[in-house]
Order: sequence, then structure tokens, then C-alpha cells
Amino acid sequence: MTALLEVKDLQVRVEDREILHGLTMTVNGGEVHAIMGPNGSGKSTLSHVIAGKPGYEVTGGEILFKGEDLLEMEPDERAAKGVFLAFQYPVEIPGVTTMNFLRTAVNAQRKARGESEYLVPDFLRKVREVAASLNIPMDMLKRGVNVGFSGGEKKRNEVLQMALFQPSLCILDEMDSGLDIDALRVAADGVNALRSPDRAMVVITHYQRLLNYIVPDHVHVMSKGRVVKSGGKELALELEESGYAQYEDAAA
Amino acid sequence: MAAVQETVDRVRQIDVDQYRYGFETIIESEKAPKGLSEDTVRYISAKKNEPAWMLEWRLEAYRRWLTMEEPKWARVEYPKIDFQDLYYYSAPKPKKTIGSIDEIDPEILETYKKLGIPLREIEALEGVVRPEGERRIAVDAVFDSVSVATTFQKELKQAGVIFMPISEAIREHPELVKQYLGTVVPTSDNFYATLNSAVFSDGSFVYVPPGVRCPMELSTYFRINERNTGQFERTLIIADKGAYVSYLEGCTAPQRDENQLHAAVVELVTLDDAEIKYSTVQNWYPGNSEGKGGIYNFVTKRGDCRGDNSKISWTQVETGSAITWKYPSCILRGDNSRGEFYSIAISNGYQQVDSGTKMIHLGKNTTSRIISKGIAAGKSQNTYRGLVTAHRKATNARNFTACDSLLIGDQCGAHTVPYIEAKNASTLFEHEATTSKISEDVLFYCIQRGLSQEEAVGLVVNGFVKDVLQQLPMEFAVEAQKLISISLEGSVG
Repeated sequence: MTALLEVKDLQVRVEDREILHGLTMTVNGGEVHAIMGPNGSGKSTLSHVIAGKPGYEVTGGEILFKGEDLLEMEPDERAAKGVFLAFQYPVEIPGVTTMNFLRTAVNAQRKARGESEYLVPDFLRKVREVAASLNIPMDMLKRGVNVGFSGGEKKRNEVLQMALFQPSLCILDEMDSGLDIDALRVAADGVNALRSPDRAMVVITHYQRLLNYIVPDHVHVMSKGRVVKSGGKELALELEESGYAQYEDAAA
Repeated sequence: MAAVQETVDRVRQIDVDQYRYGFETIIESEKAPKGLSEDTVRYISAKKNEPAWMLEWRLEAYRRWLTMEEPKWARVEYPKIDFQDLYYYSAPKPKKTIGSIDEIDPEILETYKKLGIPLREIEALEGVVRPEGERRIAVDAVFDSVSVATTFQKELKQAGVIFMPISEAIREHPELVKQYLGTVVPTSDNFYATLNSAVFSDGSFVYVPPGVRCPMELSTYFRINERNTGQFERTLIIADKGAYVSYLEGCTAPQRDENQLHAAVVELVTLDDAEIKYSTVQNWYPGNSEGKGGIYNFVTKRGDCRGDNSKISWTQVETGSAITWKYPSCILRGDNSRGEFYSIAISNGYQQVDSGTKMIHLGKNTTSRIISKGIAAGKSQNTYRGLVTAHRKATNARNFTACDSLLIGDQCGAHTVPYIEAKNASTLFEHEATTSKISEDVLFYCIQRGLSQEEAVGLVVNGFVKDVLQQLPMEFAVEAQKLISISLEGSVG
């Protein structure tokens, strides 16, 4: 079986600085992988490169998504093929209602896949259903995208999009940042509801806390642009006790 | 390549190909001799069978114009215009006297059809499938210097509304024209307004009698076709006591290498409790990607809230013209009167826009609101210039102004030049201004959700201008939204 995501010896530069120095990992359908590591270890860079954010130069290695060369695809093409990035800091788009944004995005993806666009009633029914499951009032969807949303609302909006688009690879970049414990639980429940055998998740986080709610199958520790240790969920607990310092030495 | 850089590059490629209205209609026309003199003025007046008083009015304006100088204060640059190298009058050569729409030159009908303007009432009624509740629109079509057709005249007449070419109004309703023409924009007002007063050839005239709510939207569609021709239209709209009218104006021109001059004057008058809503979607040819060609749009638009509790609202979507010099203004003379100005000005390529408004508060408890959205891309310069002033007697005058500018790329400029004068201590004027660049992060967020680069820019820009789009009549808003995407995106058609 082809892996869902294969990152092989990935090397990435930003301007003159190399951030990733040969990163390798394989993610299969149905798995949840956690990537942990201190600030500056390259976790967010990895998520950005997979999603295709401009400004990063891949100088070596490759990324295969369902066996296809991901780096050859435009970022919107990757989205249509099922790559979803839940942003650490979702942006605000004034004047564009969340509802309009969701519909434009979902239809753009469907169109790119050669599927018919959603009819308005079908779309509304779908959104209502998903929003209710995430405790998102419909009023919130009439506001500008993320404009004036609280931290919790922004993250729930990310999960809402994930649920609507049904991507096969979800990358959650520091989903716990800026969330109190209740908001975190709501968002995590939303994510857990999306776990399925044909979908994989890569959860990027500093803290073990999030992994109490979204329990991973695999944990990778990153330091200085490399994966320095991989293991099961118990590795996260170990880290909580001993910290990252030992790995920083190992990477050096 | 960075997303914004790509947008910038794409925007840079925008060329004449993107201008959908750039075709020329081949038609025989009748022109005044080139150049400007008293004879030109007499020629135009004679062509229009005007009464002597009108000719005198024009000549007086012409003599005054000779003593005036071109204004230089706007932030626009262009080579000196040779006013003797222009045709001041051009009319499609009539095959015979036009009695009905069937006798209009089919080439002209075809032109308006291509532009999506129905001139046949039958077409207007039965044409496309019309969404429920959509209003019908009466159209006055101005082709170069003359009005070629005005639809729905009968139905409007029943309501008591006069909607006709101004050249006809001068002959048929001289008392109304005499009473109001030049009372809002005097013949001596400014260089281009004075020139217009001397040589204007056609335009629309609207009179809505007391207490009448005009039963449909009125619209004028301006088309410059002939080469080296200036278009000088004159529009006069009067809403008598308690009347209401909504008026739309659209403009296009063929693409040509040389610049063409458009110097219009629009005067609005509202008496007690009356309201005029004036909307413009201006899409004159903007010139090609090297800045060659395009229309010089030097326009004077002003409304006079002459009566108490009256209201004038300007909404404009400016996407075309090589140079725009335009300040639709309101004189708030009547007590409790209200002026509004909503503007979207988009500039791209080498376009130069210097536009804004004047709100002149004279009466008590007068209020005004200015919402201006400027979007600059390419190598364009986009300036908002506005004046808000309260006279000594304008007790409790209120103004709120918000000017937002959005920059796309790093070779364009946005400028805000507000003038604020308050001579009455009870005045309350508020001014807000922001300038932002279209953000790389916002674009990437949209693209990560599956939108293409161009869809993302279109979405963000339409969000930026939303407050103003909402002011447009429904049919126009949809059209304007599309136009905004076309103006900015290059490859999306």
C-alpha cells in the first residue's frame, strides 16, 4: 500500500538559512502523528512546506502525497487533493462572510476535482449540521472570516472547515496556542470526530497537554531541523518530564 | 515565487485584451470642423435647433473659458492637451429623421447590444430571464455627442416624470432648463465645466414632479466611438418637493492609442424632502499596459440639497480612464439635509486617479457621510481628495469620513488628502483613514483552502469594498463586482 504522506530527506532553506536538514517521516492513512519539539526546531516550517506556502526553498529531498510529487503542485491544487493545514494564527478577512468563504472554497475544491459545485440548499444543510456538532452558532458564520472571533472561535472555525472539506491529510499547527482548557476540549473533540481509516493527521505542538485530548499513534521529536527520536504515545509523556534539552544535544 | 509577487506580475500583464468594451463601431458620422471657436459653439447650437438664449449662454461660457487656465493642483500628470486638435461634435449620420427605435442605425443598436444595454423596450421586457422582483430600467443612450434612444418614455410620462435628452428638454421644457441649468455648477465654475457649458452636445434631463417616486431606475449609457472626439455631456436632474429618483450612469469607449477627452457636467437639485440617488459605473478605456491611450475623464459633478430634509447620495465605481479627475459633491443648503458619497476607485497599469468629494454644510443639522475605498495596483497612483466644510450658520453639522486604501504590489501609490474646515463650534467632523497592503498571509490562507491566486485576490478585494458595493442597486452591484475582478486580475475574464 502506498503511504499517504512520505517525506524523504527533506532539506529546506529560508533565504540563506537552512531550516530542515534532511527530514524523513512516513504517515499512513488512519494514523495520527504528533510532532513535538522546541521553538525553532522546524515544526512549522515542515507544515508550511507541505501546504506550499511561498518563501521556502526546497533544496533537497522529496514529498510524496498518495504517491504523487507534492512539491510539483500549486498550493490550491494540494488543497483540492486533500491537504489541509489548520493554521496556528488563522487570518481575518474583513467584508467576506464566513459562509461565503466556506462556499467559495468548497466549490473551488470540487471544481478542481471535476465535481459539480454544491447547490446552495445542500451546502447550507451540510454547514448547519457540522456547525451544530462544533457548537458554532450560525450567527458566527454571517460575520467576516475570523473578524472579531475569540481564539477558541478561530480554532473551531478551522475545525469546521476541516469537517466540511473532508481532507485526507490534516496538519494541525499548534492548535492549542491561545486556547483555554474548555475551548481546547471542544476543538479536540471536533478533530477526534474526524479520525477515520482513510484520513491521517499530523499534530504539531509544544506541549503534551494537547495529546491528552488528541491521542497520537506515533510521536516524533524534532530538534534543529531533524527528527531526533520517534516512538509511541508514551514518548510525549517522557518528554513532559525530561524536557527537550537532551535532544538538542543529540541533534548538535 | 511569493504569492503577492505573482499577483503583481499578473496584474502587470493586464492589457487591452482585458478591456471587453474596446471595439469600434464603423459608422458614418457628421462632425463639426476640428478645433474650438465661436463658430464651433454656433455650429453645435444650430445643430441642436437651440433657442437664442441657449446660444447666448454658451457663448458667454466660451468667452469666459478663453480667459481661464487648466487646473494643475491634482496629483495627475499628462501632456498638454491641444484643444484645437479635437472634434467637439460628432453625431451618427442619420439616414432620415428618426421616428422610432426601428429607424436607428442597426450598427448602433448592435453596439449597445454588445455592451449589454437593451434599447428596445420589448427586449428589456422579454429579453433574458429576469429574476423575480428585478426592476425595469429606462435607458437614455448617448453615442458620441448625441442621444440615440430613450426607452420607456411613455410610461414615465404617465407618472409625470420627464426623462429625455437635454437637447430636447431645452426645446420642450425651456422654463425648467432655464430655471435650473448652471445653478449648481455655474458656467464660471472651473476650466472644464466652463468648456462643457460652451460645447456640451447632449446628456440626460430628468424632472420628477412633487411627491412622485420615479417608478423605475433611470439610466444613461455613454459611449465615445469617434476618434479624436471629446465628449461633453451635460446632465441635469431635478427632484421636486418630496420626489425620489434613482439614476445610474455607465460609460465605455473603444481602445485607441491616443487619449480622448471626456469633460462632463452633472447637476443635481433636490427640493424639500426630495431624494436623488446617483450611481456611476465608470469603465472608460484605461489605456494599455504601457500607459498608452485611454480616456481623460475630467468631470464636474455636484448636487445641491436646496430644500429642507432633502438628500443626495453619490455612489461611484471607478475602474477605467487613463486619468480621473472627479469630485462628486454635495451642497447641504437645506436644514436637515444629508449628503452621501460612496466610492470605489481602482487603478492599475499607469492609471492616475484623483477623486473624492466635497461636502459643504450650509444649513442647520446637516449630515454627511463619506466612504471611500481606493485600490491601487500596477504602477498606478490613486489619490483621495476631499473637502468637508461647515459654514458659520451650519449649527450641528455632522460628518463621518472613512478613507481606506489597499495597495497591490510595490510600484503603486495611494494618497489621502482631506481638507476639513469647521467655522461653527457645534460642528462634529470625524475622519478615519487606513492604508494597507494586500497581505501575503491572507492570500495564502485562501489558497490553502483551494482558491486560485486570482480568486483569492478577488475575494479579498470584494470584501474590502463591500460597504460601498452594498450601496449600489442590485443589478449594478453584481456587474461592479465582476468588473472589479476583471480590472485587477488580468487573466480572469
